[in-house]
Amino acid sequence: MDRDVRTDDSARTAPRTAQSRDEEQLLPQLVAHLREHRTRLRQEWAARIQDAHLLQAMTPQETAAETTSVYDNYVEVLETGSVEALQHYARDLSERIIPRGVETHEVVGIVLLLRDVLARSLFEKYQRNFALLNRVLDAYEPAANRIANTVAVSFVEERERVIRQQQDAIRELSTPVLPVRERLLILPIIGVLDSERARQLTEQLLTGIRTHRAKVVVIDITGAPDVDEAVANHLVRTVDASRLMGASVIITGLSPEIAQTLVTIGVDLTKMNTIGDLQGGLEEAERLLGYTVQRREPADR
Amino acid sequence: MTGPALVSIMRQGQYLIASIHTALDDSQMVRFQTDLIEKIGQYRSRGVIIDVAALDVLDSFGSRTLRDIGEMARLRGAVTIIVGIQPDVAFAMVALGMTPGAVETALDLEEGLAYLDSRLGFGVSRDWMDRSSR
Repeated sequence: MDRDVRTDDSARTAPRTAQSRDEEQLLPQLVAHLREHRTRLRQEWAARIQDAHLLQAMTPQETAAETTSVYDNYVEVLETGSVEALQHYARDLSERIIPRGVETHEVVGIVLLLRDVLARSLFEKYQRNFALLNRVLDAYEPAANRIANTVAVSFVEERERVIRQQQDAIRELSTPVLPVRERLLILPIIGVLDSERARQLTEQLLTGIRTHRAKVVVIDITGAPDVDEAVANHLVRTVDASRLMGASVIITGLSPEIAQTLVTIGVDLTKMNTIGDLQGGLEEAERLLGYTVQRREPADR
Repeated sequence: MTGPALVSIMRQGQYLIASIHTALDDSQMVRFQTDLIEKIGQYRSRGVIIDVAALDVLDSFGSRTLRDIGEMARLRGAVTIIVGIQPDVAFAMVALGMTPGAVETALDLEEGLAYLDSRLGFGVSRDWMDRSSR
């Protein structure tokens, strides 16, 4: 104990120039050490990943390949101090593993495991010289933390990008306005109707009415599991706005749950023309437009 | 109330077609109302079409005036229909609770004419018009 304190003191009182020269050499030394024991440390790391049940969505071969790249990138960042290459790699890696269902905690977990494995090996190497160990860790820790940070941020950013992309895709697909007959549109709504989708629906419906010169619109909400009060009111307003543009709206496929919700929250539905199912709605729309659909007898065909 | 009218009110058989070309301020709106009600009597019109297709904004006073015109025209013996409400205008009107009340609405001029024809009895009015024009 006494000896440790003394060495610590002697290190502190050492001439400043010598110390900073020392420091400059520390990182290359450290990197050389990590390069030298690459295989052993990487296997150790892989074993700990296995123990922690991380990355189970990937095959052992994939894990081995990725861990090798991560290890090399890690050491490279320690060497150069620039996280740019790592950022690229992390983003690329995220792009590959996100579709496989790898979670944020796993990615952060493996990077932290690597940090620990490497820190342990440094402890082992410098354990006899506490002062030197301290300085090695001083050099190592900020770099390691920055790496962990970079990887986590890149992963999350990539994930958010994927989510945004998917949201856009859903948004584009979500509200088709389909002309089925001259001046008759149907609007099937499938999936949860949130306020953003409801807004978009209104926009598409009203422009659809104008471009197709629609007189009747059937909105089918068989595929909508539930609506809240805001969305229900929005729907009522959309129906009113359609009427202002000269189109009458028929709503079909109100589920028992939605019907109960609407009545319970007191949405004014007296002006809404609702019909049980899409078939009935189409028949009513055809009646309004003056169509009669008749089935030909087999003999006439 | 002076200056050129910003709304053209045209006579088409038994109908009056009023086309609003630009956003009107309150006094212009009142002038339009006065002119239109006046002309209904003058031409003995049975139907009025107000075309607002050129408007991309319609304030509460404007929509209330349109509703009032509908009521007044009814008292003077004419049916009113508003045509050409733009999608954005339609939704804004509904969101602000500015429904045109008893006044009918239709997509465009053609639809408006078709509505008036059917509402006022297509056959009767056309027969009358055909006879008078001959």
